[in-house]
Amino acid sequence: MTKPVLTSSGKPRLTTSAMIASIAGEGQRTKPAPFGHALVAAAKERPEIVGLTADLGKYTDLHIFAQAYPDRFYQMGMAEQVMFGAASGLAAEGFTPFATTYAVFASRRAYDFIHQTIAEEDRNVKIVCALPGLTSGYGPSHQATEDLALMRAIPGMTVIDPCDAHEIEQAVPAIADHRGPVYMRLLRGQVPLVLDEYGYRFEIGKAKVIRDGTDVLVISSGLLTMRTLEAAAKLAADKVSVAVLHAPTIKPLDTATILAEAGKTGRLVVVAENHTVVGGLGEAVAGLLMRNGLSPRFRQIGLPDEFLAAGALPTLHDRYGISTDAICTSLKAWLAG
Amino acid sequence: MTASPGHNKELAERAYRIRRNAVLMGEVQGQGYIAQALDIADVLAVAYFHAMRYRPDDPDWEGRDRFLLSNGHYAIALYAALIEAGIIPAEELETYGGDESRLPMSGMAAYTPGMEMSGGSLGLGLSIAVGKAMGLKRKGSDSRVYVLFSDGELDEGSVWEAIMAAAHHKLDNIIAIVDVNNQQADGPSTQVMGFEPLVDRLEAFGWHTQRVDGNDLDAVVKAFDAARDHGEPKPRMIIADTLMGKGVPFLEAREKNHFIRVEAHEWKLALDALDAGRLG
Repeated sequence: MTKPVLTSSGKPRLTTSAMIASIAGEGQRTKPAPFGHALVAAAKERPEIVGLTADLGKYTDLHIFAQAYPDRFYQMGMAEQVMFGAASGLAAEGFTPFATTYAVFASRRAYDFIHQTIAEEDRNVKIVCALPGLTSGYGPSHQATEDLALMRAIPGMTVIDPCDAHEIEQAVPAIADHRGPVYMRLLRGQVPLVLDEYGYRFEIGKAKVIRDGTDVLVISSGLLTMRTLEAAAKLAADKVSVAVLHAPTIKPLDTATILAEAGKTGRLVVVAENHTVVGGLGEAVAGLLMRNGLSPRFRQIGLPDEFLAAGALPTLHDRYGISTDAICTSLKAWLAG
Repeated sequence: MTASPGHNKELAERAYRIRRNAVLMGEVQGQGYIAQALDIADVLAVAYFHAMRYRPDDPDWEGRDRFLLSNGHYAIALYAALIEAGIIPAEELETYGGDESRLPMSGMAAYTPGMEMSGGSLGLGLSIAVGKAMGLKRKGSDSRVYVLFSDGELDEGSVWEAIMAAAHHKLDNIIAIVDVNNQQADGPSTQVMGFEPLVDRLEAFGWHTQRVDGNDLDAVVKAFDAARDHGEPKPRMIIADTLMGKGVPFLEAREKNHFIRVEAHEWKLALDALDAGRLG
């Protein structure tokens, strides 16, 4: 985190409660606006790509695309319903629209439009949404804690929760190539760079072992893969061996890889996600294991089924159990218990 | 084609046949949105047999004008027109609302040739029309997007979002028709949620707006022509005031006619009434 700024009374001022809070840790390598730059690159190859936003171009990194291709960019105003309906219409005429807003406004406000005009009509629309899960201190209005549950429930919807800048850069051309509706969570601004160190390649529908280990298998997506890798490194010093299976595609789930890894005996199985424990990756994996007769010791790391507090992100991540330290504490406690 | 006595006589015959198709389909299920089909038949006759460009044997022809049915419960009316236009074979009329039918009771794009959108949830159509109109302009196409929605849909905020967006993006290739029959699920539309003065509101929102008697074929033809020929870079709206059950006097007189049940013996009476009107 940034160095504390002092107030006139000499107390440290907590500046991370801003809506534009960065999720990058101090000293962490980052890349600017990976989605915006990757979309510009994809659009060079594919003239059918167009971009739409609902008054959040600058806050979803779509402004990079809008600057590069002003005549392929549609500003739809603060009106998510018409934006997704229009994206459906553009797709029906042969274009590949990338429509951006915050995850809360897509998943909650415009759900019927995504369900009916895009998914039910099988339109080739890419829904790309910033502020996933708990990445804003603004309280429940801006915290998209249920988006994966809602989007996963829609037939035919591909749902992706990428981890870092490296993965976003690869996911953009992949979802542009994919035929059909996609919901993708987005980290924007200065986005951490983690997975390049592991030689990772993103593929739609594939979960990949990022790190192997013998005591715990953590199946994770999005921001929580980054945090779990940090936790695994810390726990290694305490002789706790943590495997990390990154599953960025929430739907369709990579059932073969998850069953193979969870079927290896002797490991505690934990699912970690930046989402409520209701209806996301955790329950998707639990259901998969149960349906296939696997019953390892199973735990979930995720946000509680409650409306979360407003405040500084580091504080909230600690309180709700998704900071690196909180993950370490949970894993140790479960292994001891 | 331009308005002429002969042409309008042909349109009247088309409207009669659309009404007849709808009543025959209603009889298959014993119920349905018959009163709406009867009220909008004249508008559909003008759309399909005066205004629009399409190929009956190639419903996805790229050069076609798009017709979006936002109020999916009017599907019976649109099927009646699509059958009359030769896009749906006449023999499928008997399958209406049945298992495995291409004619489900609410209009869905995946089921029916000539159906451009799935409209069962209200207030979607105008937003899709905005995207289609933008897409057609991107392609350099001169095809138009016709979109039919109901006065009840004016309750939906999304309709007004789309009305703003269409004007902002100067989508002069949209011709929207709102069917004002003043009847929705809970009663008269104006009592459920007031939407007047509609002309003033739409003009203030930047639309070229006309208000016509939607059951006066001559007036509807002129409105479609004026909408098409208007020169300004504005989207166009035709407000069509219509009469529920038009052409079947005992249905016109029925007070609660949003979703009507018709007694078995009444179907024949309805067809007879249409025949009488045709001769008259």
